[in-house]
Amino acid sequence: MPEATYLDASELVINMGPQHPATHGVLRVKLKLDGEKVLGSDCVIGYLHRGVEKIAENRTYTQFAPYTDRMDYVAAVTNGMGYVEAVEKLLGVELPPRAQYTRMILAELQRIASHLLWLGTHALDIGAMTPVFYTFREREEILKIFENYCGARLTTHAFRIGGLQYDLYDGFEREVTKFCDYFLPKVAEYETLLTTNRIWLKRTKNVGVISAADAIAMGVTGPVLRGSGVKWDIRKAQPYEAYDKVEFDVPIGQNCDTYDRYLVRMEEMRQSVRIIRQSVDRIAPGPIMGKVGKVIKPPVGEVYHSIEAPKGELGYFVVSDGSTYPYRVRVRPPSFINLQALDIMIRGHLIADVVAVIGTLDIVLGEVDR
Amino acid sequence: MIENAFQFLQAQPLLLALVKILMVFAVLGGLVAYLVYMERKVLAFMQARLGPMRVGPWGLLQPIADGIKLLLKEDIIPQGADRTIFLLAPAISVMAAFTVFAVIPFAGNFFISDINIALLFILGVSSLGIYGIILGGWSSNSHYPLLGALRSSAQLVSYEVAAGMALVGVLLISNSLSMVEIVQRQQSMGVWNVFLQPVAFVIYVIAAVAETNRNPFDLPEAESELTAGFHTEYSGFRFALYFMAEYTNMIVVSCIAVTLFLGGWLRPFTSVKFLDFLNYVPPLALVGAAAFIFWLGRQSRVALERTILVGLSVLLVLVAGLVAIPPVLAAIQGIFWFTAKVLAFLYAFIWYRATFPRYRYDQLMNVGWRVMIPVAMANLVVTAVLRYFLSGHAVAAPAALLIGN
Repeated sequence: MPEATYLDASELVINMGPQHPATHGVLRVKLKLDGEKVLGSDCVIGYLHRGVEKIAENRTYTQFAPYTDRMDYVAAVTNGMGYVEAVEKLLGVELPPRAQYTRMILAELQRIASHLLWLGTHALDIGAMTPVFYTFREREEILKIFENYCGARLTTHAFRIGGLQYDLYDGFEREVTKFCDYFLPKVAEYETLLTTNRIWLKRTKNVGVISAADAIAMGVTGPVLRGSGVKWDIRKAQPYEAYDKVEFDVPIGQNCDTYDRYLVRMEEMRQSVRIIRQSVDRIAPGPIMGKVGKVIKPPVGEVYHSIEAPKGELGYFVVSDGSTYPYRVRVRPPSFINLQALDIMIRGHLIADVVAVIGTLDIVLGEVDR
Repeated sequence: MIENAFQFLQAQPLLLALVKILMVFAVLGGLVAYLVYMERKVLAFMQARLGPMRVGPWGLLQPIADGIKLLLKEDIIPQGADRTIFLLAPAISVMAAFTVFAVIPFAGNFFISDINIALLFILGVSSLGIYGIILGGWSSNSHYPLLGALRSSAQLVSYEVAAGMALVGVLLISNSLSMVEIVQRQQSMGVWNVFLQPVAFVIYVIAAVAETNRNPFDLPEAESELTAGFHTEYSGFRFALYFMAEYTNMIVVSCIAVTLFLGGWLRPFTSVKFLDFLNYVPPLALVGAAAFIFWLGRQSRVALERTILVGLSVLLVLVAGLVAIPPVLAAIQGIFWFTAKVLAFLYAFIWYRATFPRYRYDQLMNVGWRVMIPVAMANLVVTAVLRYFLSGHAVAAPAALLIGN
């Protein structure tokens, strides 16, 4: 934020949040305005800080897994997946294919659910109030599948270190396929409401532009980076689970604006359906746990493992001192790092665009503050 | 003095007007309350949910509950507020909104007054309503209301220009400023003005949405950007007054649009003989409503509700029978068609809200000044030129009057 001069009377500093309907939680943005034009901004975070990383040092590896669900609470499955995979990497465990494909199916369902929540709230912030009800209707179907699988809808704690906690229930494949068939026409339905809507185009085109170079410099990842035209998806770049065995495309944008990021996420939902379909076809009976002991006691060492979470690169850096407690767990949350780019994305725009840009960054404050 | 009062009461037209005013007030009060209900229900159905369901069968008593709640709430006046103006402002908004109904013909023989400058009167009075917003926002002595008030008054003023020009087009082809005569003119021409002035109609509809602060032009109340706009500091029944003014304004602009463009109280296709069976639509609509309410009643699990709803449906069938009697049928035709058209218009308002995102402030002003006003002007010029050459005599004097305004 540029230093206030206090000489120019037209400069106004206003406070947006932490209690504000468009900040998706408890984000506080201090905006410096000239009339309605944004001159600069400062993000104040930490209102939801729970010290997750410190908690990890006082829990066993297994005990800490449920805490990860509570960081990005709208994408708990992928959060948990990142952590258990990091510990598995530390242990050197090989997963049986059934566990891999199950994880992929659930993770992609979670990606769809997360994108649905983003779409609904993003559209609501821009003033289209209807899509949010449609997206929540579809998200509900995904949550039902989660509930049937592990009993929880939001903070699922779906996976165990070394595999799965539960085997798939009867009819899982059928339900997932049914959802895929049901869901694709719905994406087209959202697009009829928004994609060519004149007002939507006016509100999103050329708003929140961030060039590829800036995005990389800021460490931005996920759909925001891909919207700027950088083809970087960890599922392709550093495949984990069985992502190298399924076919899917990585959509990218060209204009680096809010509209392109919207298109990228819409296409990602379709690609997720593709991945889910292939995984359902390949899932075969077999064991669901790899070879891990009852007590998780990784050898001394450290590991960094990252996955493509719905919001970007989610990384876990785990240090082991050979005991049953992790010595240090450091999380690289995509929301936190994407939020850095807010300032350069909103400079020179109007207040109404700030809301649109916060929406397009798709942040979750639980993850920003940890 | 007493004699004077006696004479005053005896003066038939005034008394009649008074009765009509009371009727219009009573009906409008209810209509505004149930317009809110209708909006919530229609929005809900468009958004895959149910809307109000708890108060009464299908939430039918919800508006009454809301009204009582707002009446009983504390009326908070902020400390730094300009008391007198703060208290007065919502009343100005409501009064301006209600006054317009004085010149709207609900049927060929049912209107409070038919003055020869009705259109000017409407434009003048509805502009006065803006004072309610500006004063309310200013007297609150708070930042958000002030910003909201400035935004909304700028928006209302600029869109009023476009709306006014669209109305002049109608004026040119109907040769009168009187609402009743404009409708009669459409009857005698055998065609609604919307087919003669489609551009003006579209402009008027858009401007009407903007003037009533409805989505996609609901910036003054954009809750994701600002708080509630000019009425942030209002609570209790004063807030309800603003709310009422907004919804009354929706009805007002719908009534104006229906009267000027959609043939007012005229039945569709009055000049086509073989479509005269359309005269029987009112009783049939009542029977349809009765059937629906009967079905609702049968579904209800509460005995009392069931009895009331079934009784209501029987009552409606009886009323339908009454309406089907030729003289009664002739008498209610106008009212029925007028109401039906206004409701269709209001439905469209709600539909916009469910469909569109919101404009940004600069885009809104761009659309107003760079698109709507030039198009409205062009439409006006083309209409005037055509009118001059087609009918052979000069443009009507009232038009000049209105442009000069």
